Amino acid sequence: MANLANDIASRVQTAYQANTPLNITGAGTKSFLGRISTDATALDVKGHSGIIEYDPAELVLVARAGTLLREITNLLADNQQILGFEPPFVDSGATLGGAIASGLAGPARAYAGSVRDFILGAGFVNGKGEIITAGGKVMKNVAGFDLFRPMAGSMGTLGVLLKTAIRTVPRPEAKLSLIQEEKDEVSALEKINHWTCKTQAISGATWDGQAIRIRLSGSAAGIQHGRAQIGGEILTDETYWQDLNNLKLKFFEQKGRLWRISVAAMSGPVGENSPQLIDWGGAQRWLKCDEPAETVRLRAARMGGHATCFSDDPSVPTFQPLEGNLLALNKRFKAALDPSGILNPGRLHPEL
Amino acid sequence: MSRAKPATDPLIALLQSKLPESIVVADPVSMKPYECDGLSGYRQMPRVVVLPQSVEQVQAVMKICQETSTPIVPRGAGTSLSGGAMPHKDGVVLSVARLNRILHIDAQNRTATLQPGVRNLQISDAVQHLDLYYAPDPSSQIACTIGGNVAENAGGVHCLKYGLTVHNILQVKMVGLDGELVTFGSTALDTPGYDLLALMMGSEGMLGMIVEVVVRLLTRPRVARVLMAAFDDIEKAGNAVAGVIAAGVIPAGFEMMDQAAIQAAEDFVKAGYPTDAAAILLCELDGTEEEVITQIGKAETLLASAGATEISLAGNESERARFWSGRKNAFPAMGRISPDYYCMDGTIPRKELGNVLTRISRLSEKYGLRVANVFHAGDGNLHPLILYDANQPGEFDKAEEFGGEILDLCVAVGGTITGEHGVGVEKIDRMCVQFDRASLAQFQAVRDAFDPDGLLNPDKAVPTLARCAEFNAMHVHHGELPHPELERF
Repeated sequence: MANLANDIASRVQTAYQANTPLNITGAGTKSFLGRISTDATALDVKGHSGIIEYDPAELVLVARAGTLLREITNLLADNQQILGFEPPFVDSGATLGGAIASGLAGPARAYAGSVRDFILGAGFVNGKGEIITAGGKVMKNVAGFDLFRPMAGSMGTLGVLLKTAIRTVPRPEAKLSLIQEEKDEVSALEKINHWTCKTQAISGATWDGQAIRIRLSGSAAGIQHGRAQIGGEILTDETYWQDLNNLKLKFFEQKGRLWRISVAAMSGPVGENSPQLIDWGGAQRWLKCDEPAETVRLRAARMGGHATCFSDDPSVPTFQPLEGNLLALNKRFKAALDPSGILNPGRLHPEL
Repeated sequence: MSRAKPATDPLIALLQSKLPESIVVADPVSMKPYECDGLSGYRQMPRVVVLPQSVEQVQAVMKICQETSTPIVPRGAGTSLSGGAMPHKDGVVLSVARLNRILHIDAQNRTATLQPGVRNLQISDAVQHLDLYYAPDPSSQIACTIGGNVAENAGGVHCLKYGLTVHNILQVKMVGLDGELVTFGSTALDTPGYDLLALMMGSEGMLGMIVEVVVRLLTRPRVARVLMAAFDDIEKAGNAVAGVIAAGVIPAGFEMMDQAAIQAAEDFVKAGYPTDAAAILLCELDGTEEEVITQIGKAETLLASAGATEISLAGNESERARFWSGRKNAFPAMGRISPDYYCMDGTIPRKELGNVLTRISRLSEKYGLRVANVFHAGDGNLHPLILYDANQPGEFDKAEEFGGEILDLCVAVGGTITGEHGVGVEKIDRMCVQFDRASLAQFQAVRDAFDPDGLLNPDKAVPTLARCAEFNAMHVHHGELPHPELERF
């Protein structure tokens, strides 16, 4: 646990002056995501760790980027609180910085919000080696651009995160998971969507071709109400939601590339006869298939969504390519933060 | 509406030649209403006002402005309390007033696609029959537009539980300075590339002109009930707020009013508030019937143990409306007891509520100006109303100085100079207190990335370093650090 902010800033500054690309590394639990530039120098930020501030009554935690998520979730658990965005790979040693940079959120995403929704502020080193602060540690703050939010999902290409202020969430009083048989995709999506309107307690909803699984969290009364609306059996597999989040369910072991398709929840089928696991009540769909990447991506794009390849396959770009003026603006935004393009070049998109 | 004067101004002539006559407003009488926004202390007549009726017309105006290096000031309903929509003397005011159609409602995915001039409350009204609503509810919701809400990342009473504008928007279409239309976000929950949708929230018109917004709609809660708790001490009330939330009860709305505000509101609308209380809290809980009953019980216990002298539960819907009426009418109520008031907007950590309110009342004595507090206590978002008389020479300046000290105090206790009203022209100098040079230069670089010519809402929201140097030279920091330390926010 140390404050290495100045050290990291000066290393980035040196790299900026020498125009040396950097590969920011933490615990490496998401090294399969995105293309890591082979000629980049490693910038290990794991050592910049430690919880700086935590007052349970404020529901705010400020920690350095190298802090292990496990350390954070343990401390929160001692105070009956949780991280609302449910980052994956906590037990594999993932860090806070990596959780923010990858922007991956767990089963509650569709109901509780995304990684960026829980960030209140961040300190980071820009591509010139300067320490920048955006946002703060209070619930509402509209001073300055919210540069901390686009950090989520930027794969370290906008800045080296130093610290983040996170809004924490009281641990739900109760939890209950339900399972009910359903073999039809359209009917499964319709049921889930219907229940989502009937109860605020849903915090996870999947369909795997055989059954719908629903997780309820909230007050005991809220859960009782939700259960009455939904019905079904109690799901006894206690690690289901965690295994889903960590990509450890049997589903993920099947043959074929793993695709994550992001579409509006009530969109039609995204795959043709390929094994599919619908998450986030329909908004996130895991697909196992060896169809050409372009085919998968075109289909997702036609539905207003996009596809991310979660398999470490050098022949397939991880993220859906950007085009036109959106690409141009992405490049200009990147250049505003990292003018020489030395921070994780190409990790997110070849052009960024 | 536009009585086009024979255009001696080449810009106006150019706009009139490329656009329908009816949407270019250039005569002083018709332009008068645009001279200020909700922050009426700051006024500036625009050079010309354009009221586009289509995205193509917005694109045409942007291109003309870029070609002629003309500043553009985007404008929603003009309800900004920070001068965000105040015109530029050489610029175009680009109003969304006639882009006010609801384009599409998707009941199944629970979204609505809107033109930027659709009013906030209009959204919920339009989907009421589907049992849906749009959650963010700034107090100007009858008038304010969704485009303005996005530009300011508007909050409201219910954002404690349901989030700010940023948490309730799926997609924004924007026309850039080059006239190009670009889409940020989508109807899916994420998009490839950077989250520029999030960057748009609270960007105060500096990145482009918003021309379409897709909002997320929520199912109306079955039941909402409100508790009113009275306290004989304002610090106790502040601590009660922190205590309730710390115990895991997240009210849908959690508002505080101090003695001055209670009295004024009671005189105005007879809400049934205890006028002898030092502060009251309004705590609304929503959800299913059973849930609300348990939560009310919990909240009551917590409020009582925090020292509430009186707790009452609105027994029915009309009583609930009455409890809220005092809060909702607090601003006009102030207008009855003071010729003018200046509304501040800082956010602080909840645990500092008691401390900061006490220090504000000391500052009130120092400046000899009354102050009333009506605010979003659950979010720690203060709205001190400084009462003054603009007709008394020097009083507005004194009110501004008082306000400035309150904002410095918010920063000093770990908070921010603006929770939901924006920086605009009003708080641009205070940005120099909250952010260091490198961060301000970074904001400027982001602004330049979208607007290299500096034409989009210039001289607002992000101060130049030169401006800060000037301000810091004049500004006395009351012994506090002008810049936060590296490790702190």
